[in-house]
Amino acid sequence: MQINFKVNGKPVSIAVAPNELVSELVRERLGLTGTHVGCDTSQCGACVVHIDGLSVKSCTALAVTLDGASVTTIEGLAKGNTLHPMQKAFTENHGLQCGFCTPGMIMSAIEFAERNPQPTPEGVRRWLEGNICRCTGYQNIVASVMAGAAAMQTKGA
Amino acid sequence: MTNPTGIGASLRRKEDLRFITGSGNYVSDITRPNMAMGAFLRSPHAHARIKQIDAAAALALPGVVAVLTGEDLKADGVGGLPCAWPVTGKGGTATKEPAHPALAQGKVRCVGDAVAFVIADTLEQARAAAEAVVVDYDVLHAVVGVLDALKPGAPAVFDDIPDNICVDWELGDKHATDAAFKKAAHVARISLVNNRLVGNPMEPRAVIGEYDRARAHYTMWSTTQFPHIVKLLMGNFVLNIPQHKLRVVSPDVGGGFGVKQFHYAEEAVVTWAAAKVGRPVKWVCERSEGFISDAHGRDHVTEAELALDETGKFLGLRVTTIANMGGYLSTFGPNIPTNLYGPLLAGVYTTPAIYCEVKAVFTNTLPVDAYRGAGRPEATFVLERLVDVAAMEMGIDKADIRRKNMIRPEAYPYQTPVMMQYDSGDPIGCLDKALVAADWAGFPQRKADSSRRGKYRGIGLCTYVEACGLAPSRIAIRLGVRGGLFESATVRVHPTGHVTVLMGTHSHGQGHETTCAQIVSEKLGIPADNVEIVFGDTDKVQFGLGTYGSRSAAVGGSALVKASEKVIVKGKKIAAHMLEASDTDIEFKGGVFSVAGTDRQKTFGEVALSAHFPADYPLEILEPGLEEQAFYDPVNFTFPCGAHIAEVEIDPETGTVELLGYVAIDDVGTVINPMIVEGQIHGGVAQGVGQALFEDCVYDEESGQLLSGSFMDYCMPRADNLPNMTVETHITACTHNALGVKGCGEVGTIASPATVINAVVDALAHLGVTHVDMPASPNRIWHIIQSAGAATR
Amino acid sequence: MRSFDYQRPASLAEVSAALAATPEARLLAGGMTLIPTLKMRLASPTALVDLGGLAELRGIRVGNGVVTVGAMTRHTDIERSAAVRGAIPALAELAAGIGDPQVRNRGTIGGSIANNDPSADYPAAVLGLAASVTTNKRTIPADDFFVSMFETALGAGEIITAVSFPVPLAAAYEKFRSPASRYALVGVFVARTSAGVRIAVTGAAPCVFRATSIEAALSEKFAPEAVARVRVAAKGLNADMHGDADYRAHLIGVLARRAVDRALATSGKR
Repeated sequence: MQINFKVNGKPVSIAVAPNELVSELVRERLGLTGTHVGCDTSQCGACVVHIDGLSVKSCTALAVTLDGASVTTIEGLAKGNTLHPMQKAFTENHGLQCGFCTPGMIMSAIEFAERNPQPTPEGVRRWLEGNICRCTGYQNIVASVMAGAAAMQTKGA
Repeated sequence: MTNPTGIGASLRRKEDLRFITGSGNYVSDITRPNMAMGAFLRSPHAHARIKQIDAAAALALPGVVAVLTGEDLKADGVGGLPCAWPVTGKGGTATKEPAHPALAQGKVRCVGDAVAFVIADTLEQARAAAEAVVVDYDVLHAVVGVLDALKPGAPAVFDDIPDNICVDWELGDKHATDAAFKKAAHVARISLVNNRLVGNPMEPRAVIGEYDRARAHYTMWSTTQFPHIVKLLMGNFVLNIPQHKLRVVSPDVGGGFGVKQFHYAEEAVVTWAAAKVGRPVKWVCERSEGFISDAHGRDHVTEAELALDETGKFLGLRVTTIANMGGYLSTFGPNIPTNLYGPLLAGVYTTPAIYCEVKAVFTNTLPVDAYRGAGRPEATFVLERLVDVAAMEMGIDKADIRRKNMIRPEAYPYQTPVMMQYDSGDPIGCLDKALVAADWAGFPQRKADSSRRGKYRGIGLCTYVEACGLAPSRIAIRLGVRGGLFESATVRVHPTGHVTVLMGTHSHGQGHETTCAQIVSEKLGIPADNVEIVFGDTDKVQFGLGTYGSRSAAVGGSALVKASEKVIVKGKKIAAHMLEASDTDIEFKGGVFSVAGTDRQKTFGEVALSAHFPADYPLEILEPGLEEQAFYDPVNFTFPCGAHIAEVEIDPETGTVELLGYVAIDDVGTVINPMIVEGQIHGGVAQGVGQALFEDCVYDEESGQLLSGSFMDYCMPRADNLPNMTVETHITACTHNALGVKGCGEVGTIASPATVINAVVDALAHLGVTHVDMPASPNRIWHIIQSAGAATR
Repeated sequence: MRSFDYQRPASLAEVSAALAATPEARLLAGGMTLIPTLKMRLASPTALVDLGGLAELRGIRVGNGVVTVGAMTRHTDIERSAAVRGAIPALAELAAGIGDPQVRNRGTIGGSIANNDPSADYPAAVLGLAASVTTNKRTIPADDFFVSMFETALGAGEIITAVSFPVPLAAAYEKFRSPASRYALVGVFVARTSAGVRIAVTGAAPCVFRATSIEAALSEKFAPEAVARVRVAAKGLNADMHGDADYRAHLIGVLARRAVDRALATSGKR
């Protein structure tokens, strides 16, 4: 089926099979391999992208439902050489080690920051229920999200 | 002036940019022209004879390229997967190493055992075809627990090993230990289980195989922690590929934790299959498939006793462990519960007599091998639980009993009764620092506050030593390893003075691109930005052993120092010529070669340029170019040690254990990048806390089915399960390597299970509880409280 | 995932027509359970009929003491609805605790109750609040809706359009999460309504059920201590590696008491 949607601001028109997942579409057909797949039970969150501004597990969404939608993946965050404040916060706070969960973490964290004008570390920990990291013990991820949220407010991002 | 990008700087990681922008290059991201996709058909039974495999229906499906089985492997003369570290048992007996075919032959021995490999144009076609393969099984009785495996009449995993014993191993002086127990004033005893775990790095394993017929050359991309070892094991022992005709590439790898440091069946099958079908073949493990194909960790049953005199001084330690090997031997399987376990039972104490015996047994479960810490967390758990039991029974403060038995700083180097000689350490210093950081003295007040809220509060302390930086080849070979344990580095100086480093180690989250660049920056006096670190490609990098056992800084870093120093030695000769001085008069400091006592100097860049444009250069006595390689074989293990303290609160109504705080004081030797070291310890602690409170790999004892086969049932720690930790170091430098480094990758995982369980037991001590098995899940804790309540009612 | 056809109708009539034409079709709402099931190859419908195009199934209305939620309203919409928070805060809080943020951004109330997973949260609210489920054919009272594990009173071709919750005097939901999946190991919804006290329990048994013994005790006195006197029987309750039946039975009592406590606190009756 032919669908039309935007990915990282660019219009895409592509034929998809009904059983194709958003994660498969972006990774295998659009070459956006920054979105990762770390589980098959919709729990790890490595695959989180934004669909119409909301964080979504792309492994649990059908590509065919994207018609008319606007998708943002990790590749779409930086503007040229300027990183998104949340990306910057992750490197400045050592919020990543192996990097595999990181794209999903960052995408999830951005929605958290947008929704929570007064974030708390406890709130970050609760919000990240759907994002599993095996490397960091989460401490620096929480610090990263707090810093990124503050930076997003300052910059009005 | 200190170097802002040298050793000791919390430099931001060079590798981060690609990961935060989605530009990482993991194996599953790679596509090759005309690539086919593969899927494994795996055994649904724990133990069965394969009567027949019928692939006709599968082969008839659209897009199917091939269905390959164990019989095809046999027909092609493909060998079994080798065990790289067998050990010698009691009386010189050898480890039993039964055949481990990459696809099952005749029998399946665990749920998940690969039975067939199906290749098709698309993954969906391969999966559909795998479903259509008909396997006729004759299902046999299965055995999953180590105690059951040793019972007379238990099902034999291998027909020719009727008692299921892989090796019966011992360490220490049995007679001296027995004598120590005879004169003991008190003996503390414990029976415990070290729960089986699944490592679960967030990136599932993946392999791509490719064969170039014109060159008779194979390339394999694999999520491996040690590309050169896989190349050697797979090429030489399994697929019979000459080493110069095989390239193994391990690009960005999303976490390893030991799970990715074995040579896996899938690597051999995919590589072999690629040549067979004449197309690149890709296999990406699904998470649920990983649960039944990744090697598992831990799984010990142990009885231990500690003999003490009347003052609480340790006299002797006796430990009997049964360790699960699973249905086949994984690459390092037998070494983990023996060489990496027994010697660590000395801990940081002066216990004069130790005896340990370990039976490694086969069962119908996934192979068990190294998982972060590998043997040392198990040893620490036994010892530190036992010390707590002794302290409780004898009414001695848990910190005091430890301090009384600790090796004093002046006693280093310290020879333990179980093999190891510790070069350095200050466990008492670590302990004292931890007690302050955790406000040990203020605990009774906090406990009283919890009691008022109806909660049980507990505090737990654990000290540990670990042996890492694997290790002197000579000793390791004596202990059974079939290979060396040195490491390698090449420092390639470009004409511009920029540097490319080729490392034999492999980074899969540890940040080597940053720390190795810092080492070079420190040694050569150039900014870390001018240094690029290359690893993970056997065609680019000289032979190396890879990354595991917290060895990269201690062994790889030392090789890098050595190679850098060779560059300096040659640079001095070049500079001497340029400055018309003797090379013995040349000093090198901060990136500048100078003639001692003068202002005559040449920068590192000028020397590099001269080496590559040798117009005015002593070609008669000196080769042009500036590239040096070093191999380094350490003289000893390194021995990080430390003290950790956890505080928990239990809700007796639900049995929930909340980890309120965690303090880690570690002696990891010289710290190259404090930010990275702290992150490694955070992650290590989180994994150990996972074992203590959440994670449990459970098999059904009757059927051998894996009950915790996905994240739906295997509990991975989440952000809201963990507190902010206090992580500090208490450094004594390693005395036998140039950097003074010890290792930080595993210390958190080694100390935290015992730390947390000691806290849980402390919280329940008023109910008469002396031990709690892991994980201390709400269900388990609630039942313990119920039965304790019933007993006291 | 096996292959299937996909349709995205724009009206209920079209949905009915699609279902009539393809009896093997499954309705797709948020997909939070259906898609994982398809990925695990545990179901193989010939077609999916996506309800995402039906604006008429989305939205929240509050009036006449009833909160009516369109079947395709997402958990996040309920969680963030000031109207729901004002009328039945317990419902908004329940929605805020379902799954994780990404599940709440996609999952819908209609999908949740139509699936009737034994450990889902919404069935507890629907049963606890004596809600009624409106379909394209009829209105089904909550007490008749949940039949057994993954089974409801919905007939072939029947599509949930809305769920109507009468506003209670006081209500609260307490959930104990299964450590790994984070689904309800046990969830207890307590509601004090003008028609009496209702206690609905999810997670503990194959299907959501009313804890009548606790209801009886709370009907005498709506207070935490009333719950403490009731012993819940373990017979017939679920057991798995994360909680045996005894533990679940015990948790029902603990969570009911905590929910009563919170219901009283929220409604200012304490």
